[in-house]
Amino acid sequence: MTNVLRLDGVDRSFGDRRVLRNVSFDVAAGRMTGFVGGNGAGKTTSMRIILGLLAPDAGQVSWRNAPLTRQARRRFGYLPEERGLYPKMSAREQVIYLGRLHGMDAPAARRATDALLDRLGLAERGDDLLETLSLGNQQRAQVAAALVHDPEVLILDEPFSGLDPLAVDTVVAVLRERAATGVPVLFSSHQLDVVERLCDDLVIIADGTIRAAGSREQLRATYTVPRYELVVAADAGWLRDQPEVTLVDLDGARAVFDLAPGADEQPVLHAALARGPVRAFRPVTPSLTEIFREATQ
Amino acid sequence: MSTTQATALVAAREIRVKLRDRTFLISTLFFLLVAAAATVLPPLLSGGPASVAATEATAGKLRAAGLDVRVVPDDRAAEQAVRDGDVDAAVVSGPAVLAMDEAPDDVVSALSTAPPVRLLDPDAVDPVVAFLVPFAFAFVFFVTSQTFGVQIAQSVIEEKQTRVVEILVAAVPVRALLAGKLIAGTLLALGQIILVALAAVVGMRFTDTGGLLDLLTPAIGWFLPFFLFGFVLVAAMWVAAGALVTRLEDIGGVSTPVQLAVMLPFFAVILLNDNPAAMTALSYLPFSAPTAMPLRLFTGDAAGWEPLVSLAVLLVTAGVVLAAGARVYEGSLLRTNGRTSLRTAWRERETLG
Repeated sequence: MTNVLRLDGVDRSFGDRRVLRNVSFDVAAGRMTGFVGGNGAGKTTSMRIILGLLAPDAGQVSWRNAPLTRQARRRFGYLPEERGLYPKMSAREQVIYLGRLHGMDAPAARRATDALLDRLGLAERGDDLLETLSLGNQQRAQVAAALVHDPEVLILDEPFSGLDPLAVDTVVAVLRERAATGVPVLFSSHQLDVVERLCDDLVIIADGTIRAAGSREQLRATYTVPRYELVVAADAGWLRDQPEVTLVDLDGARAVFDLAPGADEQPVLHAALARGPVRAFRPVTPSLTEIFREATQ
Repeated sequence: MSTTQATALVAAREIRVKLRDRTFLISTLFFLLVAAAATVLPPLLSGGPASVAATEATAGKLRAAGLDVRVVPDDRAAEQAVRDGDVDAAVVSGPAVLAMDEAPDDVVSALSTAPPVRLLDPDAVDPVVAFLVPFAFAFVFFVTSQTFGVQIAQSVIEEKQTRVVEILVAAVPVRALLAGKLIAGTLLALGQIILVALAAVVGMRFTDTGGLLDLLTPAIGWFLPFFLFGFVLVAAMWVAAGALVTRLEDIGGVSTPVQLAVMLPFFAVILLNDNPAAMTALSYLPFSAPTAMPLRLFTGDAAGWEPLVSLAVLLVTAGVVLAAGARVYEGSLLRTNGRTSLRTAWRERETLG
């Protein structure tokens, strides 16, 4: 797999403030990579360095195993964090314009724009001046502006902020299509539930350092403690006295417990069945929020 | 896509947006009307030949002088015609000339024998025209470079304020953005000037009697290249000023030096235009040359080689200021947090990939 965007040992300071320290991660082809971190963690700075809007103090960004050039970046699609397009131009006109700046000829830019606006549900308002559109529709136009030139790499800073749930679904579907064609997609978001639903890979950043990076399953496995949920017919309080079990939560017939490392969960199930019917017995995987909290602590 | 193509796209967008801007269209139209009115109206208002009432005895002589003669039966009727406002003047026996409140020079001269006149400096310009023409040149350069300069700065700020600049810079070289803006602004300004000049020339062609047009044409011809380079000089400063701020409201804080660089020469040319030594100096100083040199050509004070030297000085200055403006633009374009100091913009240019 050569279509990998790679950050390698990137440092960046603003004055005395070190914003990024030795940041390294990959954005792989055809995968949606969620980029999460608190405010000021370094997400936007990383993205701006990828786009060449900021220079790294050290380290480098490579694409297809070669240092990233201006020519290659022109084939990137970018949705900046603090967004804006030209307020006095229509969405259609400026998406065409941006397509042409990315090297498309006029007919191709027009075709791509029409198709995208249609796909994003903005075709009807496409000829209205941008400043007259609702914030959600302006955001759709911004997404169209990032996608119009059929980019080889997508860098999206908070692409879902300001979108209603239906619009989020539309944009997610469009991004998935792009990823499915082999495009690496890096997107940041505060909405961890959306990231959880959408991402294949995850990069967690805090205080300018990468705290965790990898596929969602991999991270789950790393951050999963052997935790189980058990629902029985009667009271589950007996679990308290079960060997190698640490009770996390008990609510009548429902209990959540951790097992000691290396312990087998089957004896617990047998013990439960011996006491009566078992309604549910399942491993509990941590949510992204939990992983995030764990990783950034 | 080459930088040239990117520049052309940027310039085309700027022009397209501007040509749809109602304020721009109205101001252009207003300028054209002023130019046409300034050349067409004064001769019309001075109202053609004077009308004069006279008896048959003197009518012939007045008609021969091209006056509009109304024949009246006697002096009393002639006086009444003046009092009623039917005619500008009357000639009664004496002969005497009657008028309401202003001596009718053309009637008087029709009745007098003029001594022969020998002009020692036949090219010298009518003093009224000699005042108006410098004013017109200085005013056109001042207003146009100011208006279009501010618009270029606003367009720079708009892109910073909306952050669209981040998308643009990720797509095309910064120099293409800068060049596109300058070219578009210059074309629009020059286009407006040429339209105004055409309106003035056409207006004069219809009404001109004193050969003013022949005197003005070379001055206008020289004014255009001077205007072109003078405008690039001013526009480069406006681009840099615009790039230093992030919000339109903040433009006042950075635009004063640029405003002064245009305003001071404007007043100098207006106030000193009858001082040949001062005008000679002003015609070589880059900021005043666009108005001062065409004026010296108009009054016939400049030798043939002088505009070429002055133009060369202006060109070099514009080149240097443009390079400096480009550096400040590149150094501050992506600093979207408030105002960038000139020094920061100059030194800490982000090295873009």
